[in-house]
Amino acid sequence: MAATLASKLIARACGRAAVTPGEIVTCRVDLAMFHDSSGPRRLQPMLEQLGARLWDPDKVVLVMDHYVPERDDESRRIVRIARDWAREQALPHVYDSQGICHVVVAQHGHVRPGMFCVGGDSHSPTGGAFGAYMFGIGSTEMLGVVVTGEIWLQVPRTRLMHWSGRLAPGVGAKDMMLHMIGRLGMNGGQYQAVEYAGEAVRALAMQERMTLSNMAAELGAQAGLVAPDEVTRAYLRDAGVEVGELSHWQTDPGAAVERMDFDAAALAPQVAAPHSPANAGDVGRFTDRAVDVAYIGACTGAKLDDLRMAATVLRGRRVAAGTRLIVAPASRLDQDRAEREGLMQVLRDAGAQVGATACGACAGYGDTLADARTVISSTARNFRGRMGSTATDVYLASPATVAASAVAGRICDPRDLLRAPEAAA
Amino acid sequence: MTGPHRVWQVGADVDTDALAPGAYMKLGIEGIAPHCLEALRPDFARAVRPGDVLVAGPNFGIGSSREQAAGALVHLGLAAVIAPSYGGLFFRNAFNLGLLLLTCSEAQALHEGDTVAIDPAGPAVVAPDGRLLACDPVPDFLLAMVRAGGLFRLLQQRLAPNP
Repeated sequence: MAATLASKLIARACGRAAVTPGEIVTCRVDLAMFHDSSGPRRLQPMLEQLGARLWDPDKVVLVMDHYVPERDDESRRIVRIARDWAREQALPHVYDSQGICHVVVAQHGHVRPGMFCVGGDSHSPTGGAFGAYMFGIGSTEMLGVVVTGEIWLQVPRTRLMHWSGRLAPGVGAKDMMLHMIGRLGMNGGQYQAVEYAGEAVRALAMQERMTLSNMAAELGAQAGLVAPDEVTRAYLRDAGVEVGELSHWQTDPGAAVERMDFDAAALAPQVAAPHSPANAGDVGRFTDRAVDVAYIGACTGAKLDDLRMAATVLRGRRVAAGTRLIVAPASRLDQDRAEREGLMQVLRDAGAQVGATACGACAGYGDTLADARTVISSTARNFRGRMGSTATDVYLASPATVAASAVAGRICDPRDLLRAPEAAA
Repeated sequence: MTGPHRVWQVGADVDTDALAPGAYMKLGIEGIAPHCLEALRPDFARAVRPGDVLVAGPNFGIGSSREQAAGALVHLGLAAVIAPSYGGLFFRNAFNLGLLLLTCSEAQALHEGDTVAIDPAGPAVVAPDGRLLACDPVPDFLLAMVRAGGLFRLLQQRLAPNP
């Protein structure tokens, strides 16, 4: 019987030969990831009240990324609870101020093809880029997972997003994603599984695939999957993990899917206007908007591949007078590698301020951009008030488009700068 | 049957950041709840009363995994939310915290200030004119979770030593 990748992953996790969309099953969890905001500060008091213990500390990963670096007494208190609890429980996998959880767990090889994982954060579908079933849950449900090792699930249908052709230079995964959200809407995924496939997806580097899976959340999907291949294998080898045979972890020909077709070659850079990622359209529609702040940050927009794209645009150029460019790399590893490749120097030479490797302004938890009127940002969400002030207009775009807009002082098509390298001194 | 419940109404695509704004997330639920929906309805958190219900447009609760979005509504005493569709994460969180969500394609037949009754077992909403608005079935284990007051209580029962 032909099965989807999502069904195969869920069948394995619930110990069945096959599952059918719509049925409710209970799955064994291979990995539970949470951060300082959703994790210990909520879980520790509830565990204590229950008198319960973690089902398997080796399957738990804790990442401090939301309230670091600590700025006030409240954030210090939240992060201290996380650190104390990690020590008390002798947790083997803790990443403190190393970067954003979705990027850090991937870089350390915690999410691997065939696994069934949950995360205490809505962007947890990022793990789907590795051919794992991973989705976000709230803190009380995470309590259930860390006590029982299990979680219920309604087996999803699969919506196959098929991208033929190749992306043009200056166009990336973020543009693909904003385009899909614009077409389907923020709940177009109907809490089912989406799977990204086709030549354009196969050609994407691992971190670009992670951007697609990450923003399955903005499609309202439960999971965002990419079938694992040699790109996945090479990335995980670099993270110190050898994976075995991968051929099982893909959607069989003839499996029931709802397919949507997209042409990568025809895609222009995308921008999503305030206050929804679904307000997306070609960058050309927005090029008259002046920007106060250009923000390159978050798990969807400041990984090494994102910094490479930004640096390609910014090399030899300067940020426009009256515009601030802030870069908050998504992880320490990515920042170190960008430093070694000379990319951080390119960004600094262009006039970028470099912020902490944390969630930062994206969630509005850390550095907020409340004083800015208009922001263009590589983050995932532009809900009203998310970046600090309800008066702030946030436009979402790729790191290349954010970088080009910083140079122009207004929203700008990065292809205009990439086509004119002679303009760079 | 429960009620009467007074109706508060909001539009489509209400996100988790509107329900639990990020700027207050470092606080406990008693610090977050007073800011619930303040960007859309500045009067809501102050004027809502226990037993009231929220009627919303499609895609209620899209966005973040922060369960405080549902927790704020529980803290304010909302008896239920009635909407044509929900963000999937919010849906799970609401039941985990003991909040009943009714998926009702006819939610827009209800209006601000209406008085309704709810039949959780139906499930259905009784409109002010007596008309029965059918809702999508809710699995028994989720109704049990609401009756118990949420997943935490169920875990307490499960872990309690047998008498």
